[in-house]
Amino acid sequence: MRIGLILGCALAGLALLAALVSSFWTPHDVTRLDIAQKLMPPSGVHWFGTDQLGRDILSMAMLGAQTSLAVALVAVAVGMAAGVPLGLLAAARRGGWVDEIVMRGNDLIFAFPSLVIAILMTAVLGPSATNAMIAIGIFNIPVFARVTRGAALPIWVLDYIRAARVAGKGAVLISVQHVLPNIASLLIVQATIQFSLAILAEAGLSYVGLGAQPPTPSWGRMLAEAQTMVSLAPHAAIIPGLCIVLTVLGLNLLGDGLRDRLDPRLRVLR
Amino acid sequence: MLRYLLRRMFVMGASLLAASVLIFSVVELVPGDPASFMLGTGAQPETLAALRTQLGLDQPLPLRYAAWAGAILQGDFGTSFTYKTPVAGMILDRLQVSLPLAVLALLLAVAIALPVGLFAAGRHRRAGDALAMGAAHLGVALPNFWLAMLLVLVFAVNLQWLPAGGFLGWSDPVPALRSLILPAVALALPQAAILARVLRSALIETMGQDYVRTARAKGLSASQALRRHALRNALIPVLTILGMQFSFLLAGAIIIENVFYLPGLGRMIFQAITQRDLIVVQSAVLVLVAAVMAVTFLVDLAYAAVDPRLRRA
Repeated sequence: MRIGLILGCALAGLALLAALVSSFWTPHDVTRLDIAQKLMPPSGVHWFGTDQLGRDILSMAMLGAQTSLAVALVAVAVGMAAGVPLGLLAAARRGGWVDEIVMRGNDLIFAFPSLVIAILMTAVLGPSATNAMIAIGIFNIPVFARVTRGAALPIWVLDYIRAARVAGKGAVLISVQHVLPNIASLLIVQATIQFSLAILAEAGLSYVGLGAQPPTPSWGRMLAEAQTMVSLAPHAAIIPGLCIVLTVLGLNLLGDGLRDRLDPRLRVLR
Repeated sequence: MLRYLLRRMFVMGASLLAASVLIFSVVELVPGDPASFMLGTGAQPETLAALRTQLGLDQPLPLRYAAWAGAILQGDFGTSFTYKTPVAGMILDRLQVSLPLAVLALLLAVAIALPVGLFAAGRHRRAGDALAMGAAHLGVALPNFWLAMLLVLVFAVNLQWLPAGGFLGWSDPVPALRSLILPAVALALPQAAILARVLRSALIETMGQDYVRTARAKGLSASQALRRHALRNALIPVLTILGMQFSFLLAGAIIIENVFYLPGLGRMIFQAITQRDLIVVQSAVLVLVAAVMAVTFLVDLAYAAVDPRLRRA
């Protein structure tokens, strides 16, 4: 599946490039409204056409990439920062009450319909990109805790861990020095998958108006604004959707490709 | 088996209790007091205080939690601040849209995923497999609300085969069902893609097992072995995903319900949050969480019934 990995790298790289470039340059200024040019189809001047306020859709989509990737990056970082230590702790104290509390807490969060709670949380905290990051990030915590614990458990019974214990190292030191490096590749794969899910979640939240607020462009809100005029200007609804699909697809292909590379057991299966 | 059942029921009860405390605390943090929201900004302080007393908002938090949870145990989900009607009735009304939508979407997802998964596994590492899995990859990446917009554009605006939104109730079942078709397809396709991928991996794994080799050795063709022996065993992981998907479809329809203006449970929660109708939010979210837990519990029971090894776990 090498084609998948290459395609995944290319698509994810394109989104990253668009986000980076947009921080210092966009083809047109998106803060300037030009009602006379509204809902223009794609042309030489506006490659992806214009929206209902006459803004250049390509420039909006590039800035939207920045919003999406930033929200998703922080959301995954929140999930990893809290979830990985919890998972390591649960594995180090496997079978004990700490393990039990961490795992039951995980089950509890899993039982909540994530989107409803994210909407509730953004309503509590107020709609903004930062609060969308927190809301999505919280649901990443149990995912990383579970994956970390599951991967760390079989490592704890290996001989070199026993040797480290005999050498007098404590659970925290062993977790950081010996367990974490051995499960890092798995965590990177999981992070890629969560990253793509976070992009979908951010798009959903900003679509219902609970993500980044105007004038910051986001793919979800571009879709919401284009919805009422979908029959007049289909391109305004199609472009932001394609941006989401291609980015998520790229990240998923990247995650799958990386897993195949990093996990030798799976090479036989595929 | 009985001990396993009791243990699982105890865990579920404790989780439900913890969930109710969590939901109550989060909802209490929502800024804006329902009383001031109901009366508007120009309300007299005395009127506001009177309404707060009437709604019980002046009581301390633990007392209000106890009153809410105690009433729920007796089937009383409270009265909506906005609509002045019992929340239980509102939830039942909205379930008449959300439940058929979720069931329809789930059936569609299975109807699409089963043949695709079987097809791909049967053609493992050949062009057909790559094509089916490429399509599945694309399906997983589709945001369902965007798919919904495209479906409306094609089937409602251009072809005019199906309505673009709205729901007139079940008194006339044919138009009611027609209004649920596009939302169900939009919900089902990304789920079908996930399901097809899981089914394919599970099938490929079981196809490598000894009992499938035995079946082949006794003269069954590859596709016969796939359907008669591998499929049944591959259904176990598929069942887990299905259980998770059902709860997702019930609650996750919130955005799709907004796209199609369907009066479902998700949309009700969304509206109640913006109207600060806290009691509706609390009770409806609790019902959803309870539904998710109940489905998970039933899936676990089904496992334990099928696989005796799990009863000891």
